[in-house]
Amino acid sequence: MADMVLNRNEKLDVDEILKDLEHYEPRRRGWTWRKPVENLQMGPFTYRQCSEPLKQGVPLPPAKYFDGIDPQPIETITTEIASGRFEDDIRRMRMGAWHGADHLMVIRHMGQSHIDGLMEGTPQGIGGVPITRKQVRAQRKAIDAIEDEVGRPINYHSYISGVAGPDVAVMFAEEGINGAHQDPQYNVLYRDINCVRSFVDACESKKVMQWAEILQIDGAHNANATARDAWKVMPELIVQHAINSLFSEKVGIKPENISLSTVPPTATPAPCCYMDLPYAVALRQICDRYKMRAQMNTKYIDSSTREATVTHVMNMLISRMTSADIQSTITPDEGRNVPWHIYNIEACDTAKQALLGFDGLNEMLQLNMDPEGPLVKTVRRLKEKALLFMEEIIEVGGYFQAVQEGFFVDSAEYPERNGDGIARQIEGGIGYGYIFERDEDYMAPVTAHYGYNNVKQYGADEKDPAALIGGCTFEDRSKIVFIDELDEDNVDNRLAELEEYRHGTKVKPEVEWCADGTILITMAIPTNRRTAEVVAIEIAKKMGLESPEVISREVLQDAEGTRIEIKGKVPFDIDLAELVIPPEPKFLTDAQLYDEFENHPCTVVCGTVGNDEHSVGLREIINIKHGGIEKWGIKVHYLGTSVPVEKLVDAAIELNADCIMASTIISHDNVHYKNMKRINDLAVEKGIRDDVIIVAGGTQVIPEDAIKTGIDMGFGRNSHGIDVATFIVEEKRKRRGEASLID
Amino acid sequence: MKRKDDFEERRKHIANLSDEELYNRFWETTEKVVNPLLELGYKNTTPSVERSVLLRMGVSSLDTQKIVENCMDRNLMRKGAGHCVYKLAKLRDISIREASIKLAEGDGWNEVAESFKEVK
Repeated sequence: MADMVLNRNEKLDVDEILKDLEHYEPRRRGWTWRKPVENLQMGPFTYRQCSEPLKQGVPLPPAKYFDGIDPQPIETITTEIASGRFEDDIRRMRMGAWHGADHLMVIRHMGQSHIDGLMEGTPQGIGGVPITRKQVRAQRKAIDAIEDEVGRPINYHSYISGVAGPDVAVMFAEEGINGAHQDPQYNVLYRDINCVRSFVDACESKKVMQWAEILQIDGAHNANATARDAWKVMPELIVQHAINSLFSEKVGIKPENISLSTVPPTATPAPCCYMDLPYAVALRQICDRYKMRAQMNTKYIDSSTREATVTHVMNMLISRMTSADIQSTITPDEGRNVPWHIYNIEACDTAKQALLGFDGLNEMLQLNMDPEGPLVKTVRRLKEKALLFMEEIIEVGGYFQAVQEGFFVDSAEYPERNGDGIARQIEGGIGYGYIFERDEDYMAPVTAHYGYNNVKQYGADEKDPAALIGGCTFEDRSKIVFIDELDEDNVDNRLAELEEYRHGTKVKPEVEWCADGTILITMAIPTNRRTAEVVAIEIAKKMGLESPEVISREVLQDAEGTRIEIKGKVPFDIDLAELVIPPEPKFLTDAQLYDEFENHPCTVVCGTVGNDEHSVGLREIINIKHGGIEKWGIKVHYLGTSVPVEKLVDAAIELNADCIMASTIISHDNVHYKNMKRINDLAVEKGIRDDVIIVAGGTQVIPEDAIKTGIDMGFGRNSHGIDVATFIVEEKRKRRGEASLID
Repeated sequence: MKRKDDFEERRKHIANLSDEELYNRFWETTEKVVNPLLELGYKNTTPSVERSVLLRMGVSSLDTQKIVENCMDRNLMRKGAGHCVYKLAKLRDISIREASIKLAEGDGWNEVAESFKEVK
């Protein structure tokens, strides 16, 4: 089947993705890491911790000052996507990939971990999407097209947990998933799934993951998010990581495909780096065989995106001072919303920006490993506590007994205990009673099956049980049963309702779903917090927003004011068919401008004409510090304010100037146009009109009217040095009989 | 359980270990924790393990749970749900997919149960 090709200027068409989906086959199995490039050269810089660049992408905002370079750090960057509609997730995946994400993690629908079996079709989800074969295949197909577009393989990730873990693992293996969460401890502690069931299922899930070379991420970081005082669970976190990792390795997963999900446990105003760094070092020393997926702290995230972003940058300092193979990103709006498109992108940019900023830092900064210093001593203490925790698990009779006794997620720092850990009964929880011992003639004729399997009774090779049935779906894809839709809650119906926004001319703002209409407004209300919240909602109502809601409030001062952010929905569409969109002004590049003014030196005389003392506008156009025309090598003679027009023209003659530039702010009685006409007339009178370019600018200037006075160009409000410089070059080239550089 | 911090007392037996010895002891202890868990997986099966076997055999996800429920009702989980489908396919000389559809519909279970008894 020919692969889909995306065009950067066209929206990804979900209909195209859904077409012929039953025949789509994933390209590859397994995880792909970025390819590091030693001493990568990009623009004027050398990078020490970067990887192969993208073919296409969106660079960081200031890249425009650096020839648009978009270096990519060596770490895989994750973005977590959870809108509830997979068709909108696909569009967000594309945005994420363009901003440097190559690990797309799709969050599951709330409650799916308790559904016994695979879900099918494409129903809408809450807090994530229902993970189904059709949804996975559609997203895989879209991601394959997106990875071609950006020029880097993208790892697609979801969850193998809950009471249907092995079912999901098989489907993921068949559909080309590259990474997955799998940790039976998560089921036990947070989903109250019976512990024996969880571990028996996990053996099978992990065996399948091994076959599919899926990178495994564990769930230990949830202890951090759940614990009352997150920093106190550090010894336990090491224990949880170790249990799942060694368990996985013994099932057969290669250590390089086992990744710990580790999170800096605390956040400011705690002295977080001082506390998080020893933990990060201890964990990496103990679990040195495995990969590190550095998660960001979510436990202490609040509704300020600024504050969350700073926390995340500090988290990345920990990543770089220790190690991270995958740098996860949490959207900084997680404390107040289901994450929105823009915050996924913000988080990807935060990661890219911080990691680029820290590039090569380790060559200059090193951890202080003084044996008597606080780092080494704390690391040792944490490791000892983790070992003692593990020893006590054995002492009480093993893992299940320890869970039953509430060892995990206790709010005290081990070995102190507060007696408030999460306790689960060995004989209890969801799925209890559904464990069956295998008989001597137990048999399963499939690949990647864990445990006892008597295929010998049928004369088959133990290494290839699937040979009994001529190969299973892992050898023969044609055996996979693709189920399309089961009910009315499906993607086709959702898309049909949005047709005018998807293929028509209607536009609505959106944050998570096509045409959801949601916008965000920030305001400072000069009252106390409670009043400000009520006032903000009234403002939103008067603006016509539907369902307004305050999503963040920060006190500026108890009485003086409160910063409020609200969200609400606009009740209207914008119809592109009724809109006139003027063409975007075109500018010459820095290189073209430097080149032109070096080869054709240019002198400008300028001033504010008439009885006008304004000078700011003209200075903005001229001054190198403000991006004015001096920057490109234009020689500027500034005559000041209230300059008579005669003086301007005489100065042009005296200096043999190429251009006269007049600023005219005051405009009553059209004096600004009258002044322009006089400059033009004087230049004609004195015989220099053919030798000079005459331009004028000011807040009230309309270019078309300015030209009517005889001068060459007028510049209105929001004009900048680049507009003027571009015009001068183009006009000079025209007069020299040379072609335009723009057209 | 409530307990005061007794770290200093508790650590005495490991206080003099080198970092390497501590590392080795940690992983040896972890191994003691995980080995019994692996053993459980080796010896036992569950509805989801069996459904995952059926999926790999090319059985529709809409049928896997029905087959597993029939296995549980008839005390055949210990034989393997995939094994039951395999048996019926052999007994009737039909494809695995056809056998799975029959069993999901409730047809063929007596034959399958009988055949296991014969072997014993």
